Amino acid sequence: MASVTLDKVNKVFGHTPIIKDVDLDIGDGEFVVFVGPSGCGKSTLLRLIAGLESISDGELSIAGQVVNDLPPRERGVGMVFQSYALYPHMTVYENMAFGLKLAKTAKETIHERVMATARILQLEELLERKPKALSGGQRQRVAMGRAMAREPRILLFDEPLSNLDASLRVQMRNEIARLHQRLGSTMIYVTHDQVEAMTLADKIVVLNAGRVEQVGTPHELYQRPATRFVAGFIGSPTMNFLPATLVTGNDAGCRVRAAGIGELALPQDTAQQVAGEALTLGVRPEHLRLAEAAGDNAFEIVNVEYLGNEVYVYLEPKAGETLLIHRSEAPSPWRVGQKVALVPDPEQVHLFDAGDRALGVATARAVA
Amino acid sequence: MTSRRLTKLVARLGFWVLVAVVLLYAVFPFYYAVITSLKPSGELFTVSYWVDSLDVSNYVAIFSQSSFVRAIFNSLLVSISVVFIALLLGITASYALGRVRFRGRTTVMLVILGVSMFPQVAVLSGLFEVIRALNLYNNPAGLILSYTIFTLPFTVWVLTTFMKQLPQELEEAAIMDGATPWVTITRVFLPLMWPAMATTGLLAFIAAWNEFLFALTFTLSDDQRTVPVAIALISGGSQHELPWGPIMAASVTVTVPLVVLVMIFQKRIVSGLTAGAVKG
Ligand SMILES: Nc1ncnc2c1ncn2[C@@H]1O[C@H](COP(=O)(O)OP(=O)(O)OP(=O)(O)O)[C@@H](O)[C@H]1O
Ligand SMILES: [Mg+2]
Repeated sequence: MASVTLDKVNKVFGHTPIIKDVDLDIGDGEFVVFVGPSGCGKSTLLRLIAGLESISDGELSIAGQVVNDLPPRERGVGMVFQSYALYPHMTVYENMAFGLKLAKTAKETIHERVMATARILQLEELLERKPKALSGGQRQRVAMGRAMAREPRILLFDEPLSNLDASLRVQMRNEIARLHQRLGSTMIYVTHDQVEAMTLADKIVVLNAGRVEQVGTPHELYQRPATRFVAGFIGSPTMNFLPATLVTGNDAGCRVRAAGIGELALPQDTAQQVAGEALTLGVRPEHLRLAEAAGDNAFEIVNVEYLGNEVYVYLEPKAGETLLIHRSEAPSPWRVGQKVALVPDPEQVHLFDAGDRALGVATARAVA
Repeated sequence: MTSRRLTKLVARLGFWVLVAVVLLYAVFPFYYAVITSLKPSGELFTVSYWVDSLDVSNYVAIFSQSSFVRAIFNSLLVSISVVFIALLLGITASYALGRVRFRGRTTVMLVILGVSMFPQVAVLSGLFEVIRALNLYNNPAGLILSYTIFTLPFTVWVLTTFMKQLPQELEEAAIMDGATPWVTITRVFLPLMWPAMATTGLLAFIAAWNEFLFALTFTLSDDQRTVPVAIALISGGSQHELPWGPIMAASVTVTVPLVVLVMIFQKRIVSGLTAGAVKG
């Protein structure tokens, strides 16, 4: 158990910067999830913490100690790999005992620790098997057991569930959550599955092209995304974006106009903006209401998806290609071909400036 | 209906005839050597394709020569040493070449491959100077050195290819478990590389066991000779008599161990040679 601090950490491969000035504070016992699109540097950042890659610039500390030049085994970290990477010629027991043996731990201690780990992960029946005689979920658990057996201060997971089928993934997700409650150790988890991120994390770190886009609790990221990127990345189906222009505004609120919606009074502080500026309106599918309408301002329904418990309604946008999505509980009265008006809930609308930064809600309103 | 059955029959017959021809072509010389070695010297030049009498006098003759027994011992010593040294160096080199990124890695690989293309004769005189300089003339160590030079490129090349196919994450898992490169090689990679090691080791053994040119050039006295040279130098009662019986007996004696070895390792050899052809 330990805290992890990254101070202006950079990683350069050849001449390509991959991780750029990452600052991060991970508290003792926290469950932190790195998310981001493919290739944004999640794995690289994790491997920098593990010590599998060297840090090009900046400082990495674990429990207050700078560990930039410490080899992985001295950092007190354990890692679960995406492919599991179990030693194929060793039994489950030997796989879990290997690290302890290399650390010259006493035989009885090794046995105790392996058995204890096996009990937590329900591997007791499988200790004498080789990895090739295990199912995917069992291999996954052995991989976790191997990382845990040495009782590392920090556990790292790189997309540990991506090789499992959907139902097993849900089950293992729960097991990992329970494991964290039980062990209380610091865990850092990489995924691009946002359901995993939302459900597991105490704190989510959204990465984009090697930079930290936003850090926050799942709730904060969902409620108050700092940038359009985060807004679009967190939440499923993804947030709707509509081009808009500022009509009037000050530090207490504003009025914007969007094609197809008309003028809208919003609580955002636009003291820094000038009238006529181009903004982007963001509304989550679940915060959109539809009303029957006709005429030029109406949107046409192009598709309706029924998912059993809920319904997604897809609308032809006024600008751009991306269909707008409305989400509601089933049953839904809407049919393909109908014309509807969009009625966003002003309290749930996000507003982004030309640089895609979110505009804050006016303080007076936010307190109220 | 019957004509179809007929063609089928002919096809099958043709197949087996072909197999028989190939088998005859491949095995007959060895078979004839075995037969010859079991004939008493009087019958040596009567042509027959069957063992009429089991006469082991040729075997008794060669094994009663202490120099032949000594040659077998020398051959074993040299071949086993070559295999051992080549595998040790090969494994460590292949870790560096297959696992560690450094500038000039491809160049090193190509140089290694290039070296293995020189014919033995081309380096014979140069190697002779080296062996003289190292004071290894007429010494099995000289042979071990020169065979290793010729075996190593192949060994390194094959083992490197094999090593490259082992997943990166396996090595990283070992690193996270606190393994040094040496521990990773010996306790994680080695157990997974047996097929490749069996293949390269066996080929190195056969090459060293059968080598003639260096063995002839770099040794002088009977007690330092290896088997191929010893066989070539078996002489008869007079200048005009070639002692075919003992020569054949000796040849059979030194070939049988190889055949047995190949039989034992054949499964491994196949999986070693085809490793990487398909992902498994
Ligand atoms: N050893 C390396 N040498 C050069 N470039 C690398 C190396 N490792 C990673 N990269 C590059 O760094 C970038 C980030 O890679 P990384 O594996 O961290 O992405 P990721 O966020 O984990 O993506 P994914 O979700 O697909 O796993 C990629 O563009 C990749 O090509
Ligand atoms: Mg990755």
